[in-house]
Amino acid sequence: MSSSKQALAHAASADAAPGDQPGAAGRAHGRGTPPEPGPDSWRSRLYRWDMKASPYAFIAPFFIVFGAFSLVPLLYTAWYSLHNVQLSNLDGQTWTGLDNYQNLLSSDFFWNALWNTFTIGVISTVPQLLMAIGLAHLLNYKLRGSTVWRVVMLTPYATSVAAATLVFVLLYSWDGGMINWLLEFVGIDPVNWRESDWGSQFAVSSIVIWRWTGYNALIYLAAMQAIPADLYESAAIDGASRWQQFLHVTIPQLRPTILFTVVVSTIGATQLFGEPLLFGGVSGSKGGSEHQYQTLGLYMYDQGWIIGNLGKASAIAWSMFLILLIVAVIQLLVSRRLRKSQ
Amino acid sequence: MSTGELMTPQTSKGTAASKPRRERTRVMGAGKQLHAGPLTYVVLTVFALVSLAPLVWTAIAASRTDRRLAQTPPPLWFGGNLFKNMERAWEEGGLGTAMFNTTFVAATITISTVVFATLAGFAFAKLRFRFSGLLLMLTIGTMMVPPQLAVVPLYLWMADLGWSNQLQTVILPTLCTAFGTFFMRQYLLQALPTELIEAARVDGASSLRVVWHVVFPAARPAMAVLGLLTFVFAWNDFLWPIIALNQENPTVQVALNSLGTGYVPDQAVIMAGALLGTLPLLIAFLLFGKQIVGGIMQGAVKG
Repeated sequence: MSSSKQALAHAASADAAPGDQPGAAGRAHGRGTPPEPGPDSWRSRLYRWDMKASPYAFIAPFFIVFGAFSLVPLLYTAWYSLHNVQLSNLDGQTWTGLDNYQNLLSSDFFWNALWNTFTIGVISTVPQLLMAIGLAHLLNYKLRGSTVWRVVMLTPYATSVAAATLVFVLLYSWDGGMINWLLEFVGIDPVNWRESDWGSQFAVSSIVIWRWTGYNALIYLAAMQAIPADLYESAAIDGASRWQQFLHVTIPQLRPTILFTVVVSTIGATQLFGEPLLFGGVSGSKGGSEHQYQTLGLYMYDQGWIIGNLGKASAIAWSMFLILLIVAVIQLLVSRRLRKSQ
Repeated sequence: MSTGELMTPQTSKGTAASKPRRERTRVMGAGKQLHAGPLTYVVLTVFALVSLAPLVWTAIAASRTDRRLAQTPPPLWFGGNLFKNMERAWEEGGLGTAMFNTTFVAATITISTVVFATLAGFAFAKLRFRFSGLLLMLTIGTMMVPPQLAVVPLYLWMADLGWSNQLQTVILPTLCTAFGTFFMRQYLLQALPTELIEAARVDGASSLRVVWHVVFPAARPAMAVLGLLTFVFAWNDFLWPIIALNQENPTVQVALNSLGTGYVPDQAVIMAGALLGTLPLLIAFLLFGKQIVGGIMQGAVKG
């Protein structure tokens, strides 16, 4: 594509940089000469072709990458999910129809993983978004060093899942761990964060909360700053207290942003993987001795790369996607209903 | 929502005077214009401590010994083994190779994402073409697809190509992102006056010339921010790298995963590894924190 364009660029050496003096002629080729009017002129034909094709050329890299590494694999994953594909015997794929899916539906581990994904998703998302709104509200005040506060709240976001989880594993360790030590300090019995059901799920969720609360707070903050000030003015004139203003002006105005963060967090929660994997240590893909924090993402990795059943892993991936779509549709419907009821 | 204001959340303080509406609210006392009370600072300090404490404690733990970390109470101040542990993480934990690999991977992904996303974002923002609306919807829709949907076929293809453990396996799938494309589109929609493009067109400039002389200069601030966000994302990418690579040729996240699964069974060394692997991004936050915060606030509101 580039050779013809370069030729054209050569022919019309118009310098489009802003602030250039339009009269500064003196270049070899007629600056400011529009393409020849005659329809047969090769230059005008080239020009029209360029106009037509360039948008597609510009979006092509994205769609090639997306097509080759997301869309086509997504379809192949569906295809593999209908086959028996073993890591140990990649060439011996056989058609099995819906066996992998039936296998999943009758597997306790699948339902366990689905339930864990749901509970960890709720424990990690709900407090996180509530705290983020509160934090954004505070950051929205006129603050000394407002940028510093914002950057500090965002530092956990710079910490990778792996690094963060390695630290939290140590903080949550059964004896000698910082958190149990602090609990003992205030007279609470130490919790076995690795083995207990709710304890381990809470611990895994807390890593998510730690990493993402500041990020979401910034998103809410940006939306809060965009709320027209007259809304607060008229509320103040009507005698609304600060709390009432927050409840009846800020929150309703934030609704699209809240929906956005809920959807994004749901997507993140559905594919939760790194935190429970590293929280589990050596046999991380099992999600604890009783699979008490094995999420769908973890279950997929375990089935695919530890046990070596890539066909089943594909079926898990697609189930995950379908569940995500269903949840997203429900969220959209609920938000629409909420908007109507107001 | 008025997008003009969303573009510059960072500068809202500075431009308050130039916007009569904001000026008025300061008098009325609403939202941002209220001065924070002491209680606000107390709560913010608690949030800040919780945000920073795990990172500080990583450094404390990394400066101790494995034996000390197993004792109660946990250490609350630095010990003398930081550099020894970092050296072991660098050598035995493979963090040395990993840091070089990840720098290369993240830099490549960043450059290509910024260029390609600017091109695509420009096309979606300013050019008219068939199916542009549909294609934009598709672009946004792709952000919903979990990466898990792609890893099985990708793994099989990479194995077929004999590419296992080679860095291109983790570079190629992320050469351009939907997020980047959308981010640049939203920015160029307002930052790039259509008249400027038309003027260049009248002068007979080809599309490539328009991109080079009009689009890139106008997009530069957003390109810088997208570059920072992409670098952070690429540095921390986890799922596909740990499937595609192993400890023989790791990225930072792969090396940390190995450390977490007992590759070097020494907690102090593990913490030193976590610290090393996070340090470059913490430095980036120190230097460009303001820009990164601004970028997230810009990108988010529009998403």
